[in-house]
Amino acid sequence: MAGAVNLLVQSHPINSALSLIVVMGALAAEYLLLGAEFVAAVQVIVYAGAIMVLFLITIMLLNAGKEEHTKSSRIATLLGVPGVIIGAVLVAWTLLNRSNMQAGVPIGALKGDPQDIARLLFHDFLLPFEVTSVLILIAIMGAVVLASRPEAVARGPRKDG
Amino acid sequence: MVPLFYYLILSGILFACGVLGFLIKRNIITIFMSIELMLNGVNLSFVAFAAHWHALSGQVFVFFVMVVAAAEAAVGLAIIIAVYRTRETLNVDQVNLLKL
Repeated sequence: MAGAVNLLVQSHPINSALSLIVVMGALAAEYLLLGAEFVAAVQVIVYAGAIMVLFLITIMLLNAGKEEHTKSSRIATLLGVPGVIIGAVLVAWTLLNRSNMQAGVPIGALKGDPQDIARLLFHDFLLPFEVTSVLILIAIMGAVVLASRPEAVARGPRKDG
Repeated sequence: MVPLFYYLILSGILFACGVLGFLIKRNIITIFMSIELMLNGVNLSFVAFAAHWHALSGQVFVFFVMVVAAAEAAVGLAIIIAVYRTRETLNVDQVNLLKL
């Protein structure tokens, strides 16, 4: 949580990214406490590994500096902060009233074996799994097309081999 | 025994931090990181509910959310690079035209 607050306070994007890595690591530990070993491992590999490396490379590539505030951004801050606080208080109030406080989750309650998850993933959720693979493929192609230089796309495949 | 309530509150705090960052920050990369923070807050509540109801499908849903987040990060960062090539800026206040 301190990492999440730090992400907001820091003005330089590199510092925000590093604090986001702290949040990811803390969440992975939280998943381990809940007994979800598979999700914790995937969290570390995918989020703290792949996604954050992508972020850091982009920040370094674009040479991002400190952000500067303009007039319209102050308006967004003035209107947004009270709105978010009101929404958070509403959600917390509903949770307080509607949930029984005694409902506890024992530490390591659920056996999140990769074996069981794989059985679920490849039997019950097979169609969504395959659809996500297509989604990933489309995302890769879209990212390559978007990030390549415009003239390279317009020129098409290279003729000289 | 950790009450389920605590996990939900932590997840709500993470989500609120994400929304706040989305509104306050002016750097497009930091805004993108706030979106990732929101996704993580929702993931935490998914895992907490999965542990509470002894249903493994919650963890499978977290897996799908992570896949979508990875795809979204790849495409989004590519868009950011494309925007930076044409605008030479990362400030969202200066990116107010779709066509130059």
